[in-house]
Amino acid sequence: MKLSYFPGCTLKTKAKELDFYARKCAEVLGITLEEIENWQCCGGVFTTAKTEIATKLSSVRALKDAKAKEQALVTVCSACHNVIKQTNHAMQTDAEFASKVNNYMAPEEAYNGETAVYHYLEMLRDLVGFDAIKEKVVNPLSGKKIAAYYGCLLLRPNSVMRMDDPENPKIMEDFIRAIGAEPVIYPYRNECCGGYITLESPALSKKKSNTVSESAQNAGAELMVTACPLCRYNLVKNGSEIPVVYFTELLAEALGVKEAGNE
Amino acid sequence: MNKANENLREEIIRMSGVNPKKCMRCGKCSATCPAFDEMEYHPHQFVNMVESGDIEPLLNSDSLYKCLSCFACIERCPRSVEPAKLVEAVRLSVIRRQGENHLTANDIPALIDDEMPQQAIVSAFRKYTK
Amino acid sequence: MQRIGVFVCWCGSNIAGTVDVQAVSEALKSEPGVVFSANYQYMCSQAGQNMIIEAVKKHKLTGIVVCSCSPRMHEATFRKTAAAAGLNPYMVEIANIREQCSWVHKDMATGTEKAIILGKAAIAKVNLNTPLTPGESPVTKRALVIGGGIAGIQTALDIADAGFEVDIVEKKPTIGGKMAQLDKTFPTLDCAACILTPKMVDVAQNDKIRIFSYSEVTEVKGFVGNFDVKIKKKARFVNESLCTGCGACTEKCPMKKVPNEFNLGMDNRRAIYIPFAQAVPKVATIDPDYCNMLKNGKCGVCAKVCTAGAIDYTQKDEFIEEKYGAIVVATGFNPISMDKFDEFAYNQSKDVITSLEFERLTNAAGPTAGKLLRPSDGKHPHTIVFVQCVGSRCDSCAEKGKEYCSKICCMYTAKHAMLTRDKYPDTDVYVFYIDVRTPGKSFDEFYRRAVEEYGVHYIKGMVGKVSPEGDKLKVQASDLLNNKQLHIDADLVVLAAAIEPDKSARPLATMLTASMDTNDFFTEAHPKLRPVESPTAGVFLSGTCQGPKDIPETVSQASAAAAKVIGLLAKDKLTGNPCIASSDELMCNGCSSCERVCAYGAITYVDKEFRMPDRTTAIRRVAQVNPAVCQGCGACTVACPSGAMDLRGFASNQIIAEVDAICK
Repeated sequence: MKLSYFPGCTLKTKAKELDFYARKCAEVLGITLEEIENWQCCGGVFTTAKTEIATKLSSVRALKDAKAKEQALVTVCSACHNVIKQTNHAMQTDAEFASKVNNYMAPEEAYNGETAVYHYLEMLRDLVGFDAIKEKVVNPLSGKKIAAYYGCLLLRPNSVMRMDDPENPKIMEDFIRAIGAEPVIYPYRNECCGGYITLESPALSKKKSNTVSESAQNAGAELMVTACPLCRYNLVKNGSEIPVVYFTELLAEALGVKEAGNE
Repeated sequence: MNKANENLREEIIRMSGVNPKKCMRCGKCSATCPAFDEMEYHPHQFVNMVESGDIEPLLNSDSLYKCLSCFACIERCPRSVEPAKLVEAVRLSVIRRQGENHLTANDIPALIDDEMPQQAIVSAFRKYTK
Repeated sequence: MQRIGVFVCWCGSNIAGTVDVQAVSEALKSEPGVVFSANYQYMCSQAGQNMIIEAVKKHKLTGIVVCSCSPRMHEATFRKTAAAAGLNPYMVEIANIREQCSWVHKDMATGTEKAIILGKAAIAKVNLNTPLTPGESPVTKRALVIGGGIAGIQTALDIADAGFEVDIVEKKPTIGGKMAQLDKTFPTLDCAACILTPKMVDVAQNDKIRIFSYSEVTEVKGFVGNFDVKIKKKARFVNESLCTGCGACTEKCPMKKVPNEFNLGMDNRRAIYIPFAQAVPKVATIDPDYCNMLKNGKCGVCAKVCTAGAIDYTQKDEFIEEKYGAIVVATGFNPISMDKFDEFAYNQSKDVITSLEFERLTNAAGPTAGKLLRPSDGKHPHTIVFVQCVGSRCDSCAEKGKEYCSKICCMYTAKHAMLTRDKYPDTDVYVFYIDVRTPGKSFDEFYRRAVEEYGVHYIKGMVGKVSPEGDKLKVQASDLLNNKQLHIDADLVVLAAAIEPDKSARPLATMLTASMDTNDFFTEAHPKLRPVESPTAGVFLSGTCQGPKDIPETVSQASAAAAKVIGLLAKDKLTGNPCIASSDELMCNGCSSCERVCAYGAITYVDKEFRMPDRTTAIRRVAQVNPAVCQGCGACTVACPSGAMDLRGFASNQIIAEVDAICK
């Protein structure tokens, strides 16, 4: 199976592990990820205003590129996924917005949201199947108590994201089970870490991040897992007492393509 | 409501795609907002103040830059009002003006550390700067 | 040629405001057949009707056109007027120049032009009208009540009290419905069981009432006065006439881990069970999903302990066919599922419960014997948060919840909060509300007592998130009047879940050809003036199947529905609608198209001998309409490929004449 792949800016720099192991695991799982040529940064956050056109063009370019190759588009960073998926939805449902974008880009080949967008986790669930992953696990993370941290961007707004129940999700928990570990459910797994406010108001992001990591820890977690570099940064910087890793790292460990203890 | 306020109100409603009249004043947006304590004006007030045309105080408030774009208020609003979209529209109507950028490149070095991902800086620029 | 009189109504300013009524009556004067045309302020008034009667006599009118409101409103009135004047009532046509004209147009010129066109169409039709005589059909003097909650119980008792036979069909093993699960009832706080169970016993003891419990309606045929209904009595594997309700079987059954639906799954029952002590009929039922004997033939304990010999593992579903003159729908409601509202953590913590579950937790016959204890650890909760409007009053674009107000939650929440503070003064009770809606007799006084005498903390605002942390529920909420975000560590959170019609209502509506709204509430024939009748003749509505309502309202409506049923059953014969289909046998080719589209089963086929042009005879299969069953919907006239089917009063040539008049 060949899929278009949008890594995103942070995955080329601060979050190389997220990207590196995503590619490595895809190979093991029989999926070829073809990186979009000349992709541009998604912008990190989706601007909800209907009059914001330019800020969404990079996403549309990536989506168009995947469409030209007749491939679905896979993202792995939560933020990229949120921006690209919401942009795609706007192209599908907001005719005025879509026509402005199309006029700006190349009117002869209109794009109207035809590309299917998958987050890597959705790819694992819907295209590979957690049962198939379970069979390929050579190094099950047995006994490990792992808290999934969804944050905001993977799940909301659900009317667009459609990944899972936005208030009681299970995709990451099912993933954790598939790699042989034990998921820990805690109430703040879909609450905000503070996001980009860390730049301006580190105190607020500390408060938000600590609520999340303390809640996970109270629920008995030894490890937290996320798909978002900014979530990971906020949790770690603000003193999470348990390690925070990317889900692709855990997958690689379970599939035996990562040296154990190399964390 | 004077003409200028009315125009601004219409512009914000058009930009956001939000219909503040749908609000039933339940306050669930403010109940769920993670940045509530940092805000001078809270999500439910944005909805109410935009609807009544009392927008001037919002334009001058730091609350515009406290929204985390976490979409919790959008997700949980029982009336599909989507307050975060109003916050964004009001903010855009400020930062689109000349010289009103909330963040400049010169500010950045003092705000970052070695570990901070690009994502944080890119997102902040997108939210605070035109 | 007809002699037609035209009467244009002003309807005060309703029509005259946007239609020049004088111009309309003038313009219609010269239409073919019209010999008299006038206008008047209120045609439906006595003076207006007298004007018609006098004109009929003076001008020897044979047909009448009234340009007025919708025929739904006053067609019957003017037909009676015509009859009083000695005309056949079906020689009256209504041109709707109010709902379809004056109310939708803004300027006089357009309104007047359209009114004239509508008048012309009605005149064109009357020119082709023929006198019609309605047929008569007998009335089966027995009523069917579907649903055995307080609504169905009250309706059945009132009908029986008037001397008519009534059958109640209840899908659960006992009647009693939701009210049987409640603890106390607002605003007087009488115990629900104390006022309900005597009525249940009255039903059981009334020789006019039969109860089909654990039964469902599976088929409805026929029409008002003459319904044929098929009822499935589900196998309960217990012989009802032998079972004494002693309960020995329910104590000895070894399968103890069956979620008890009567207590909303908060405790367990056995595989053979009697739902509650005052059940009617007090008869045991075996749950085939859990009974080991039925599943794999191993056990048989209940049969051994039953001294009455009532257990019958071989019992099968039984079908009963019965005739009824009237049907009352009383299918009730359920709280909506909380699955989509997990910001309140209903699926993540046992200590987040719905209000109906709270009723069971405070009920002496409930899982905790009436002690308010947390489901998770059985401890007494000290801080309780009630959340109102969970799933009610949601926007239609929101992906969860209902658009309507569920109406009962404000009052039962006030009741829960008050009773908690009364019984456990050491508890802190918070109620988060958007509005407090208490429009009922002694309702607002009740709510104020909760606040002023019992010290319940009413906070205007909504809860945003409930986070189960340790043994606490962290409640994050808005306090709008103080412009604050509140954080409360609660022990118990109670959600006032929206209510919705029972799931059985939609398939039942299809069987009854009764209409429903988008929320699956049954639609009434008129929202104000015929609130307990369905638009389908002979079908009546009782209780929450028609819309959210509390017990006093439900009982009022139940009695009102009974009064309507009694009025119907008191008649020996019903006058039918003469506007029914008929088949021209010479044109019919026996293709069965009409039979297939007839929703009422009114069309049958017969083999008939016909004389052919060459004087031979031939046997042909032709359609025949049963005039007592036909509802005059006209589906067959559209389906008929040869044009043999026609509808009296709405014949094809009449419709075409109307269209021609409009297009001219």
